Amino acid sequence: MSPRPGFMLEVDRSTPPTLFWHGEGFHLERLPEGSRVLYGPEPLEALADPVSAIRRALFEPLGDSAPLPELLRPGMRLTIAFDDVSLPLPPMRRPDVRQLVIEQVLDVAAEAGVDDVVLIAALALHRRMTDAELRHALGDRIYEAFAPHGLLRQHDAEEPAALVLLGETDQGETVEISRRAAESDLLVYVNINLVPMDGGHKSVATGLASYRSLRHHHNARTMQHSRSFMDQEHSELHSSNWRMGRFIAASGVKVFQIETTLNTDTFPEQFRFLQRREWEWTARDRAAFVASSSALARTPPRVARTIFHAIRSPHRMTSVQAGEVEAVHARTTANVYAQQLVEVDGQTDVLTMGLPYICPYNVNSIMNPILVACLGLGYFFNMYRGRPLVRQGGVVIMSHPTPWAFSPVHHPSYIDFFEQVLSETTDPLEVGKFEESFATDPWYVHLYRTGHAYHGVHPFYMWYWCAHALEHLGGVIVVGGDRAAVRRLGFTPASTMADALEMATDVVGPGPSITHLHAPPLVMADVR
Amino acid sequence: MRGLVFERNLPRFAAARVAASLAGSGRGIGVSPLRLTDLDAPELPGPGWARVRPLLAGICGSDLSTIDGRSSRYFEDIVSFPFVPGHEVVGVVEEPAAQGGPDAGTRIVVEPVLGCVARGIDPPCAACAAGHTGGCERVAFGHLAPGLQIGFCADTGGGWSAAGLVAHVSQLHPVPDALSDEDAVMVEPTACAVHAALAAGVVPGETVAVLGAGTLGLTFLAALRHLTRPGTVLAGAKHPHQRRLAAELGADVVVEPDQLTRAVRLRSRSLEASGGLTGGADVVVDCVGSAESLTECLGMVRPRGRLVLVGMPGTLRVDLAPLWHREVQLVGAYAYGTERTENGTRRTFDIAMEVVGRYELGGLVSAAYPVERFEEALAHAGAAGRRGSVKVVFDLRPKRRSRNGAAPGRVEEAIR
Repeated sequence: MSPRPGFMLEVDRSTPPTLFWHGEGFHLERLPEGSRVLYGPEPLEALADPVSAIRRALFEPLGDSAPLPELLRPGMRLTIAFDDVSLPLPPMRRPDVRQLVIEQVLDVAAEAGVDDVVLIAALALHRRMTDAELRHALGDRIYEAFAPHGLLRQHDAEEPAALVLLGETDQGETVEISRRAAESDLLVYVNINLVPMDGGHKSVATGLASYRSLRHHHNARTMQHSRSFMDQEHSELHSSNWRMGRFIAASGVKVFQIETTLNTDTFPEQFRFLQRREWEWTARDRAAFVASSSALARTPPRVARTIFHAIRSPHRMTSVQAGEVEAVHARTTANVYAQQLVEVDGQTDVLTMGLPYICPYNVNSIMNPILVACLGLGYFFNMYRGRPLVRQGGVVIMSHPTPWAFSPVHHPSYIDFFEQVLSETTDPLEVGKFEESFATDPWYVHLYRTGHAYHGVHPFYMWYWCAHALEHLGGVIVVGGDRAAVRRLGFTPASTMADALEMATDVVGPGPSITHLHAPPLVMADVR
Repeated sequence: MRGLVFERNLPRFAAARVAASLAGSGRGIGVSPLRLTDLDAPELPGPGWARVRPLLAGICGSDLSTIDGRSSRYFEDIVSFPFVPGHEVVGVVEEPAAQGGPDAGTRIVVEPVLGCVARGIDPPCAACAAGHTGGCERVAFGHLAPGLQIGFCADTGGGWSAAGLVAHVSQLHPVPDALSDEDAVMVEPTACAVHAALAAGVVPGETVAVLGAGTLGLTFLAALRHLTRPGTVLAGAKHPHQRRLAAELGADVVVEPDQLTRAVRLRSRSLEASGGLTGGADVVVDCVGSAESLTECLGMVRPRGRLVLVGMPGTLRVDLAPLWHREVQLVGAYAYGTERTENGTRRTFDIAMEVVGRYELGGLVSAAYPVERFEEALAHAGAAGRRGSVKVVFDLRPKRRSRNGAAPGRVEEAIR
């Protein structure tokens, strides 16, 4: 039986309560009659033989690229860059897609006699991965073959000797990327395209770039003009990355792009009810919900966090394509849309969302308030094509505990951003005046380079990610969050969903239309 | 006349220490050596002395420290028992001095330090001769019983008594009409802050971090802004009202105390090592006086910077390795006298009156109690921060007292 497409449910008297994520937990909410609930398509069929599919992609590339074997020769320098720990979410069961793809690339390279090979985790300004995370992404065989010899590296955007300035685009954008990648005879980039934003020219132009390159598109103005940044055709973020990517290609950097898509089979068996439609829950699903939600209610947050971050997703690969960047990405995007896109008729006054425990930037870490804002107003709000799911001046209601808690190891500059920048202003344009000092702070630079800290400027990017939503919305309400933390974000706290819906009417008027984004699993609205 | 007396009683002193450590500051009154009793007015020690009837008398952190049994044994020889506490005093001259000074009925604030002049020591010690009465070398000598200040001396009385106190004419400062009683009672603590702000030796543009935002921290911020030209001023304040007031009184950055080091690091672009910053603020001011606060301050002052100790410490266990290694100057700041300013040499109290008037520091007086309700008053003062208050005072103005005991006028907060 083929997977069913996504659809919009209209809540009526017989509709069972709707599942809302709430950080390291979830609960059921009875939405008012007439509300809409957006469900994503069921998980697409996975590739039956992913290894064969990968080899076929390498040998039958898209666009004007030659097959990978023809690009390889003895004595050449080959660099394989790959997406970091921020993808996929949750981390997938072994073998990770990166392992499957890179093993095949290495086999082909070995057959061609290439022996100067370096792997680079394309961190951009993300935190360095731990050895365990690298092992998980690449598999033991690759890790053991490369890491002990210094051939498994992590991009360092703060090491001048490891960067090369290629020049400027016709828009004056500085293009500075990894020297090893730029000076290799071939750069193979291995992507996991979890959402439509991922991949394309953004892979190299962002993942392997420096701060002075990234700042041209990672800023509030760019994000306000990316409507949405999940829709490449209407995204200034992508326009800038495409200019840079083409400039990189014109500079002589040869890129062989490999992109993969995953299905939305997101949660393991014990949490399978989280991706089923509520009226189709079996007795076992209901029992699992009751058991897990009541157990989590008695579990200390730290323990609950450990439990959830141990989840390994059963995601499976639905497609793999390789070759020239733009041709590859066009096919990939179509495949992502096939899994996530749902047609929606019209906007809503109030958009509700239950935010889970994880976003791209807190894998094995704490979902701090800035990341809560970014997940809700950056990622989920922007999961649209055409028009935002919520109308101009509408209200977003997010459910999340939003603890005033930060990881000092992973997010040191977030703490200062939250304490000392957001306490002064929450305007994404205004916070920019603090950006330079955070970006060049020697302590943050030190922690980024030697520890596992996100770069000092990273919390600004998270806030910029919210810029389009903050400009568009009339209000943001957080249900069940730490009230002080919610207020610091500039949002309004509410105790219950009913209270939040009542408060929303102060902004959008009485009898508002309500739509719930039932995610995760990920779903994207094609709003007509 | 009813008043409060503190007696030498070691068992009760020890009991108060235990009670305060268990129940909190100001909560050990029942077992402490402090008691309410009928008192006679103190004798005038000489012709240069006047009799003063207190109007308002503040409760200082050093008073609480004494009552809680936490004060240092260092003070044993420079106080005399029994004494009437209360050295932050605005009052009126009830009986003027035979040899000059303000007339009867003049509203004055008392400069309580008992230096050589008050003690009849001539020639005065080097410190007093230089105008630095706070550093007087003779506080245990002369014709008066030992006592570094009125409020700690058996011969002078103190502010916490309707029987009044005696003060040498050199200790009396007439209060301008523009200042209310609440403003005036803030002059003495503000004088401490003025002295500390000048002792900090802030060079224009220097970064200053102030830890603690009780009365001393807040008045220090006002004095710092009034007298110096610092660069960025950061303040660590525990309670929301303290943070609001710190910002109003001139702090550029106000954070919770445990965030102050982070805030200093961010401004100084310092690295971190060995539990502290490798750089830090040029001047760090400890307005708390605990081992924890001093340790935190040592961790945020730059090498060769200055750490000013304003809050009264006791016996502390602190690792001074960073002080040695980073060549930090540890500066004590006690009391007042005369100050060298850009405008010449001035009495600290004169400058303090200026600061109090300009920054309306009488607004920091949060609650006023009659001395009969001293247990409530001291408990309130011991929990002032938690209760949203700053300065708690005794009100000795019987006719003006309101029904619930709160002082009228600018004391805005009811007794909680």
